[in-house]
Amino acid sequence: MVTLTVNGQQHQIDVEPEMPLLWALRNEIGLTGTKYGCGIAQCGACTVLMDGHPVRSCMLAVSSVQGREITTIEGLSQNGTLNKVQEAWIAEDVPQCGYCQSGQILSATALLSRTPHPDNSDIDAAMAGNICRCGTYVRIRRAIHRAASDKA
Amino acid sequence: MKNTTQTLSRRQILVAGATLSGGMALGLFIPGTARAAAPELEPRYWAEDAPDPREVNAWVVIEPDDSVTLRCPMAEMGQGTGSGLAMLLAEELECRWDNVKVEFASVNRNIRENTLYGDMVAAGSRGIRTTWPYVQQAGASARARLVQAAASKWNVPAAQCEARESKVFHQPSGRSLRYGELVKDAAKIKLSTEPAIKAPEQFKLAGTRQPRLDSAIKSTGQALYGIDTREAGQLYASIMSCPVFGGKLVSVDDSAIQGRRGIKQVVKLDDAVAVVADNYWRANEALKKLKVTWDGGAAAKTDSAQFARDYRDALDGPMVTARNDGDAKSAIAKSAHVVEAVYETPLLAHATMEPCNATVHLQKDRLDVWMGSQSPLQNAKMAAQEAGLKPEQVYFHQLYLGGGFGRRTFGDELRHAVRVAKAGNITQPLQLLWSREQDMRADRYRPQSAIRLKGALSPDGKLEAIFIQSVCGSIQRSTGQKVANGLDPTSLEGIGPSVPYNKVPNWYTGQMLKNTHVPVAYWRSVGGSQNSFYLESFIDELAHAAGKDPLEFRRSLTDRVDSIAVLNKLAEISGWGKPMAAGRGRGISLVENHGAVGGQIAEVTVKPSGEVRVDRVFAATDAYHVVNPNLVDAQIEGGAVFGMSAMLFGEITIQNGAAAQGNFNDYRVARMTDAPEMVTALALTGGRDDKGKPKWGGVGECSTAPIAAAIANAIFAATGKRVRSLPFKNVKLTELSSL
Ligand code: FES
Ligand code: FES
Repeated sequence: MVTLTVNGQQHQIDVEPEMPLLWALRNEIGLTGTKYGCGIAQCGACTVLMDGHPVRSCMLAVSSVQGREITTIEGLSQNGTLNKVQEAWIAEDVPQCGYCQSGQILSATALLSRTPHPDNSDIDAAMAGNICRCGTYVRIRRAIHRAASDKA
Repeated sequence: MKNTTQTLSRRQILVAGATLSGGMALGLFIPGTARAAAPELEPRYWAEDAPDPREVNAWVVIEPDDSVTLRCPMAEMGQGTGSGLAMLLAEELECRWDNVKVEFASVNRNIRENTLYGDMVAAGSRGIRTTWPYVQQAGASARARLVQAAASKWNVPAAQCEARESKVFHQPSGRSLRYGELVKDAAKIKLSTEPAIKAPEQFKLAGTRQPRLDSAIKSTGQALYGIDTREAGQLYASIMSCPVFGGKLVSVDDSAIQGRRGIKQVVKLDDAVAVVADNYWRANEALKKLKVTWDGGAAAKTDSAQFARDYRDALDGPMVTARNDGDAKSAIAKSAHVVEAVYETPLLAHATMEPCNATVHLQKDRLDVWMGSQSPLQNAKMAAQEAGLKPEQVYFHQLYLGGGFGRRTFGDELRHAVRVAKAGNITQPLQLLWSREQDMRADRYRPQSAIRLKGALSPDGKLEAIFIQSVCGSIQRSTGQKVANGLDPTSLEGIGPSVPYNKVPNWYTGQMLKNTHVPVAYWRSVGGSQNSFYLESFIDELAHAAGKDPLEFRRSLTDRVDSIAVLNKLAEISGWGKPMAAGRGRGISLVENHGAVGGQIAEVTVKPSGEVRVDRVFAATDAYHVVNPNLVDAQIEGGAVFGMSAMLFGEITIQNGAAAQGNFNDYRVARMTDAPEMVTALALTGGRDDKGKPKWGGVGECSTAPIAAAIANAIFAATGKRVRSLPFKNVKLTELSSL
């Protein structure tokens, strides 16, 4: 048995200790907002927050995240209210296909908690691990600046 | 079943997910007044397959509370066609815009009811430009019935009634009725003639900047993609195709996975092997441990270097004439100033963000399919054949697509899922998911090609003739379609008829179709993806050879209103002609692609090391009429990044008959660090086609085609060096000689 804390809830799941968190979330816990894109920590689609830091859940064994706080896209909004990054994402109409956006939003959320007013090079550094094949980068940048300006 | 979530229905999982995650509800609060006026799409996208008693016609459902649902025949893969069509419907129906929902029209019903939703193909930038008449007519017809229903109720002439804001008004008496109160009667009304639809000039809502309808569900993890399908008792499969395209499976040694947890079975197909398990990760890990013997046949000895030589050599062979205006050959023979160049481009993978997948539930007399597809009708028919069922026994549940770009038209992943379910006698729902490696190595790629271009300039620098010889893989041939007269129109886009110029007096395009064992297919912007790079780079070469400004030189080649409008707009927004610092350059490109004219100016910085950074891209587009400029901008931005990715990095190479790249570590794509600033503008010239219908252009691909040449031309402007072979990552700029 492995105990995971996801979005403030504890889950006991009976899986191999080496199962990556991504597949435990998607297949065992039923949270499908975290996406599979590459499986080798190259694309960022599977990004979740571990104690507030962005991590690639496709390469993270469940055994190594026991006792850590995991936040997925489903846990970002509180009491039915979106976080300011999600608000900014919607205001800028960032998503196209949307498949990468859970990961993008979590990476951006982590960036803003570290660096409340990032410049473009901060954004480049923090977001370089998240691929968007639809090419929404321009709007991601705009949305991060919007969220930072608190006018989201 | 150990895992309780797997026995829950999808909806229950969503609700369960909501409670578990502490307060995420389905109806989220979305602040901001701009959003308040927009409807929202549902996480689940597909319509029921049975006719709905609340529908006014097959396209439109109106509920007692006035809410309107549009059945959209087009997939949602990021392009936002559903959002656009909802606006067109609201425009004609005169309903409240914040009350329109969109769901995916039933494929099963389309099969049973004589394809009333058309071919349902979301490809070729045709979402709006082929669907507007249906949706406008459906809206207008529903409106006319609602008006008639009210008029009958009040016993007044319909001409005295007016529809507005989801109500019908009778001005003289001051009475009004809501659509929801009229819909039952309206559905029964037969009109002697269907009402006329609006001309774009009469639009009030369509043409205005509006939010897209799925931003919220796609910013909260709620949108359901094919990969998110979770049916009760569902199993998972991972598959590997023979690495050499067209090769066969010989044998599988599965001793290494005996006794592994969760593994249900190993399924062998002619050309692939799959592992079925209770969890995708378990299936995929086990698949990697199988010892598989393949027979790749003669193709296993081929490689990219040989292919590239073959394509270049074929430039000297026979060609089929695709276009022949005037006499380009003798114009070139007589000219004192001929420019000549050979260009080439590689195979490209689609690499959609969501790897291909399909979930199937195969029963004796019924097949259910859950997936995201650009061509669900064709896919359903193919699946029926594979399963030995009738097409009307297939129930296709369309989900959101994590990118399409042309890849999700063929249903290869669905064919795999049905074959595995059938061969393995699997009675539960089965999700077959291609690993990223399988997705990249079993793709159908953008064709490889080589081209020779010659141009003749007059002494005063006018372009007198263009002579093109192209050798290109044929998509039609590779996908089993008929190739008429040795010419494949998809390989000619951007060098044959579809070019933005009409004043070059002598123009010859010849082409030799040349395929290898590597399957090729539509890749965003199709022929334009390579041909517009070729032609627009070469036009730039000619402009420089003629000593002309590249923008003005292009202007001299055309008097088409659309091309001129785009060039004017580009000049206006980009500061074209203003001096730039050393090491920087500006390049222009102009294309016609999928019914629109797109122009771009790229600004680059070239470092002394030869490294290139694309700083800014200006894009101007004439799509004649557009529904939602906000979504058009998004397509232009994204399309340019997609094309830039290919220009800078994109390349699938073949080694021993197989694709050498398998994931984003060796198939590099553009990231945030590569993304330029973008300035987009519309240059809409409106107008009617030769049948008198409003002209609508496609916007999904016309910004992918021009970007490669715009960047290459900017590199030339900065360095005097001409990039003639892609991707740019293979070009050593410091070793390239200046022209
Ligand atoms: S799936 Fe984890 S980084 Fe791509
Ligand atoms: S929105 Fe499609 S991959 Fe990012």
